[in-house]
Amino acid sequence: MSTPSAPPPVLAAPHTYTSITDKIAGIVLTRGARRGWLLGFAIGLALFTLLGVAVTALLYVGIGIWGVNIPVAWGFAIANFVWWIGIGHAGTLISAILLLLRQEWRQSINRFAEAMTIFAVMCAGIFPLLHLGRPQFFYWLTPYPNTMSLWPQFRSPLVWDVFAVSTYFTISLLFWYVGLIPDLATLRDRSQSRIGRVVYGVFALGWRGSARHWQRYEVAYLLLAGLATPLVVSVHTVVSFDFAVAQLPGWHSTIFPPYFVAGAIFSGFAMVLTLAIPLRAAYGLHDLITERHLQNMAKILLVTGLIVAYGYFIEAFMAWYSGNPFERYVLWNRLTGPYRYGFWGMLLFNVALPQLLWLQRVRRSAVALFVIAVCVNIGMWLERFVIVVESLHRDFLPSSWGMYYPTFWDWATLFGSFGIFLTFFFLFIRFIPMISIAEMRMLLEEERGEAAA
Amino acid sequence: MIKQRPLWGLLAEFASPDELLAAARRVRGAGYHRIDACVPFPVEGLTEALGFRRTWLPLLVLAGALFGAAGAYFMQWYAMGIWYPLNVGGRPLNSWPLFIPITFELAVLVGGLTAALGMLALNQLPMPYHPLFNVPRFARATQDRFFLAVDSRDPRFDRAATAELLRSVGAAEVSEVAR
Repeated sequence: MSTPSAPPPVLAAPHTYTSITDKIAGIVLTRGARRGWLLGFAIGLALFTLLGVAVTALLYVGIGIWGVNIPVAWGFAIANFVWWIGIGHAGTLISAILLLLRQEWRQSINRFAEAMTIFAVMCAGIFPLLHLGRPQFFYWLTPYPNTMSLWPQFRSPLVWDVFAVSTYFTISLLFWYVGLIPDLATLRDRSQSRIGRVVYGVFALGWRGSARHWQRYEVAYLLLAGLATPLVVSVHTVVSFDFAVAQLPGWHSTIFPPYFVAGAIFSGFAMVLTLAIPLRAAYGLHDLITERHLQNMAKILLVTGLIVAYGYFIEAFMAWYSGNPFERYVLWNRLTGPYRYGFWGMLLFNVALPQLLWLQRVRRSAVALFVIAVCVNIGMWLERFVIVVESLHRDFLPSSWGMYYPTFWDWATLFGSFGIFLTFFFLFIRFIPMISIAEMRMLLEEERGEAAA
Repeated sequence: MIKQRPLWGLLAEFASPDELLAAARRVRGAGYHRIDACVPFPVEGLTEALGFRRTWLPLLVLAGALFGAAGAYFMQWYAMGIWYPLNVGGRPLNSWPLFIPITFELAVLVGGLTAALGMLALNQLPMPYHPLFNVPRFARATQDRFFLAVDSRDPRFDRAATAELLRSVGAAEVSEVAR
């Protein structure tokens, strides 16, 4: 075993430009659809169908088929929205922030992490729309010339959210697509079928790798990263304002923006691990997504988990220290109230379990990491449930207290949203190189330069 | 027959980025200006070796971001202060702290759109046809080979002499590119 101070290499096998291109492009072009892929895609489509049924029922009958009512008007829909959008954040963090910090290990995982971002934001976006009750009027949230001569209320965080989430989706998609152009050209030039050449050729926009083009391309890519970095922080900050600007005990708190951003990165990295570990096993990518990637992600998971734990602690501390009886009651209600299992589950999955990552043995084990990552995903969903429902169901006046019970349709919409994610993700790994080939060649060149120096 | 076809230029193929860099320096040193390289990834030092100027894309992006920010602030100020003033407990109509989030988001949105679309526009993409695609081996420019192209419009261009120069700087293969 090597000394613990020397990290394992980013690329594990001796690769050349040719072999790395063959390997990654081959997954798309020559491997084809295998049974495992078909099974996963079928599960995705089945869940997508479930979502279709759930949404049709919702539009036909109305919002009453969900468990939401006064006082809990924000139920699963808003918890799911915050959860999904948080998952997206790790993709942007990996692709933009780690690029600016010159963390070269990001290059094997940024492509599918960015794809994860886009699909997660798509899943997130449907929930506020459906929760509107009359989704056909969603465009009322945007400023457009109208006969009513009205504008959206620009002082409301809910309107900020519309701008933040739509900007986030657009920029993520652009960033992903710009990163894809050289690889699409590779696929165009390697494809054996006419349809492949035409389709990849159209999307490659005639890219020919001209040095002049690369020069502007690199500048554009770096600038997009620089713009995406503050954007990703702003998005979850604005999401947290949806809560923090309200007067409700448990929501009205200044810790919310940083704590939401840390939670988003925490859950996002958990999702990247949840996706990367099975992908690497299924497609034999151990030489490209190495132990070093998993260890680094495990460390980020540990650090962001500790920030989230600090957020929980400060929430509880401020509830006690403020001396406000309503704040104190919210805390007490979380610990012992009807939804206490959610709160304790959240503490178990988000605070207690990730402490195992202090052990190197755990960080080195793909199976252990996978289990922890899945638990963190569940824990972060529970956190959003706790935040959304517990503050609403018992606010200031006991006479207006109530309970929220999710119905079959709540669950169907939650699990159905995985259908969108899985369907698009499986299409992505089948038709688009899941690792950036151009960046891997660059990495190879850098390693060659370092070896020569 | 082949000699009758109009010529776009010459294309030289190299096996490694270092060979391409050395060749680019020498071809440029020989006085050629209309040269370009086609590579599967950005090679460090290549833009300097080819004598490209810096791109003004960053300035475009800055202008786009500032335009987005100014437009967003103006929209909110105008809508909330002039068009439909709403008195909320006597608070100022130009409530600027509350206008910051949308101002920021639109700065990022317009700046990002300028970065991506500006890059494509300056590169004149999408470009469905380019004479270089006529060379079958050029398919490897997006995979694992490094190419140097000399445009026939270069004043120093001479079909035989330029090909000889490209061979002498270490090209593994020199192809004529039909227009």
